[in-house]
Amino acid sequence: MLGLNKKDFLLLLIVTMLTMLAPFVLNPFPEGSALAQFNAGYPDLMQRFVIFGIFAIGFNILFGLTGYLSFGHAAFLGVGSYAAIWMMKLLTMNVIPAIIVAVVVAGLFSVVVGFISLRRSGIYFSILTLAFAMMSYQLAYSVLTPITGGETGLQPKVNDPRLLDSALVDGATPTANLFGLSMRSSYELEIGSWLFTFNAGYYVAAVVMLLSFYLAIRIFRSPFGMMLRAVKSNQNRMKYTGLNPKPYTLAAFVISGMYAGLAGGLMVAMDSQVGPERMFWTASGEVVLMTILGGVGTLIGPVLGAGAIKYMENIISKINTEILHSWFSFLPDGLEDLIVNLTYPFIGKGWHLTLGIVFMLVVIFLPGGLVEGAQRIAGLIRRKDKSGGMPPASAKAEPAE
Amino acid sequence: MIDLKMNRRGLMKGAAAVGVGLSAPQFFVRGANAFTNEPTGSSVTLGFNVPQTGPYADEGADELRAYELAVEHLNGGGDGGMLATFSSKTLEGNGIFGKKVEYVTGDTQTKSDAARASARSMIEKDGAVMITGGSSSGVAVAVQALCQEAGVIFMAGLTHSNDTTGKDRKANGFRHFFNSYMSGAALAPVLSKAYGTDRKAYHLTADYNWGYTTEQAVRESTEAMGWETVNAVKTPLTQTDFSSYIAPVLQSGADVLVLNHYGGNMVNSLTNAVQFGLRAAQANGKNFEIVVPLYSRLMARGAGSNVAGIYGSTNWHWSLQDEASKAFVKSFGTKYGFPPSQAAHTCYVQTLLYADAVNRAGSFNPCAVGEALEGFEFDGLGNGPTLYRAEDHQCFKDVLVVRGKENPENEFDLLEVVEVTPVSQVMYSPDHPQMGGAEATLGTCNPGA
Repeated sequence: MLGLNKKDFLLLLIVTMLTMLAPFVLNPFPEGSALAQFNAGYPDLMQRFVIFGIFAIGFNILFGLTGYLSFGHAAFLGVGSYAAIWMMKLLTMNVIPAIIVAVVVAGLFSVVVGFISLRRSGIYFSILTLAFAMMSYQLAYSVLTPITGGETGLQPKVNDPRLLDSALVDGATPTANLFGLSMRSSYELEIGSWLFTFNAGYYVAAVVMLLSFYLAIRIFRSPFGMMLRAVKSNQNRMKYTGLNPKPYTLAAFVISGMYAGLAGGLMVAMDSQVGPERMFWTASGEVVLMTILGGVGTLIGPVLGAGAIKYMENIISKINTEILHSWFSFLPDGLEDLIVNLTYPFIGKGWHLTLGIVFMLVVIFLPGGLVEGAQRIAGLIRRKDKSGGMPPASAKAEPAE
Repeated sequence: MIDLKMNRRGLMKGAAAVGVGLSAPQFFVRGANAFTNEPTGSSVTLGFNVPQTGPYADEGADELRAYELAVEHLNGGGDGGMLATFSSKTLEGNGIFGKKVEYVTGDTQTKSDAARASARSMIEKDGAVMITGGSSSGVAVAVQALCQEAGVIFMAGLTHSNDTTGKDRKANGFRHFFNSYMSGAALAPVLSKAYGTDRKAYHLTADYNWGYTTEQAVRESTEAMGWETVNAVKTPLTQTDFSSYIAPVLQSGADVLVLNHYGGNMVNSLTNAVQFGLRAAQANGKNFEIVVPLYSRLMARGAGSNVAGIYGSTNWHWSLQDEASKAFVKSFGTKYGFPPSQAAHTCYVQTLLYADAVNRAGSFNPCAVGEALEGFEFDGLGNGPTLYRAEDHQCFKDVLVVRGKENPENEFDLLEVVEVTPVSQVMYSPDHPQMGGAEATLGTCNPGA
């Protein structure tokens, strides 16, 4: 269906279900309970899940298929964001033009960067892209301050021109909207002591994410995707058979740049503000981590990786000592302090440490990322059912999708 | 356009009791509140959004200490600190408006994206009715805009750039800390008295927004005193070795070096300048001098003995001898064992000012709170008589001009107050060109729902 085989369609269906029901899935604990700390079903984080999912899906088209490791993808995200915010300042607060222009501008920028960087491969390519990203960051931070707002960044202001919008009512602030539907507006449903928030912006971002996920499946399964895999497995052999890999790699680079631009545009649509640190090299490194954590070259992996990292950044980092003490207050005093002191380095500002440990464990024991973990578990269950009828998933030669 | 953003906590508790009691699941569609996160229970949640990682983590940690102290005092714990000296007497140690103060914390990472994410989770998940904190102007401007959109009050922490209450001012945002313009206006007279009116200045400026506004402020104020600006060079924010920028200074014909740097930048550039012998040098027949417009104790500690004799400005210093400062230093010192920084002071004061404004307004509604703060005149919070100006939500108070101590007695005793510049000297009109001119506007307050 939809030009997909049965397995892929099932995957798309599962992802659709999960994104549409995210407000329920991410809010499993009742409000007010101690575990409510771990609820992730509030609009900002849900939006971040899908937006960074798009960013990682796009990155995976380049890194997962061609094997070219770009260390500067945040630059496209940032350029897309700046393009989107300028559309909001000059044209209209409607998110559609902003998102389209973000994709186009990021695409054009990635043509330039890709054309130069793809003259080299391996580590040299990575360093070239890193250099471009840091150049963009520096330009946005200081040199181009009139266009980018420097460190302070840009926001829509009341007195921006906005040619297509009618004048704001006195006292109203410009809000990003889709034909009048504010991205901030939410509907809250309360069932028992559970509270579920359905946010307009989240659903817009989720639909865009599903579309980009579908497009990614089509690319993975297309002859073009096969060519990209050929680039990864042996570029020389490809050249000897008379094929020029350059157009393929450049196309993959531009596509993933446009995905990044799309993510950047959506970020502005959900939260209309942009600052230069969005392009800093750590942001580029983050998407590499997401892809590897989830599973390089798999379809769903990058989305899982993006979710895992954003969850840690937003949930683990907000646990402070006060909360720890309330969790362990049932223990005797001395033991409570001991446990709190032992746990403290891994939560709050120590969330990077937790992330680092998880990342190391995954890379060492599950080189295929979280997806490989899921496959192993599925393999175990299946083996139990058929009592040894299936070989372990990791032994299979085909790529893990 | 359904916008049924409601408060969580209070209704939750009642709803939970009913929901548990009945076997059939209860579906609630809740009625709209008057404003975002209206506290309906017996407690109110504040969001403390400070840098816990990154370059300003030290300041962030000190801010968090101050917030915890403020919450303790508001809830009636500890010795009450500045509650006793504050000129407004509505705070009685029974929380804010009779509700117990609770708080959530977050990490801004000194990045505007991370800061906004953290603030949004406080508003959307934890039901915070006020966000405060931060140690950089970029973050302050970003979070202030977010609070304006979301309909909660933002009480800025340490942010010194003119833009926060200048071109990027917002109706829901308030700043107690002073700004670049005030630094320039306070420093210029002291400098001309100490070094004469016939000086040639050379600026090294951190290449970002705060650097620009500070350079402009110091430049305009000193030029008005008769100084001449020889050159102004921008230095990358990530620079750690400033020797190549310092080397040309002596040949330029300048006899004063102004370092528009903050944090680690200032520590490194000042150390380089001293190593190059600038302090001992002579130029145009005068002693060569160095000026650092914005001082903080944490920076002075980093630069060590190099700060001796160097002028700068600061918002507050723990060695001040008024009753309020003494009370604050005492309760902070008792709890943590060392004196508070200016970042801690401004954050503590902001929390008290918010609490008092809610009490006076008789409501947590951001518009009512804003109205109570606008034009509010108060005293007894460590800076003498202070005005929260209605036009731009900036506090106007005396500015301290400080100098690095020659013989510090301990690691906290690094600065001495040279002069307290009266507020009249640092006053400016709300449409001053450095503050975004006539175009800058607060907009109108946004209560959210």
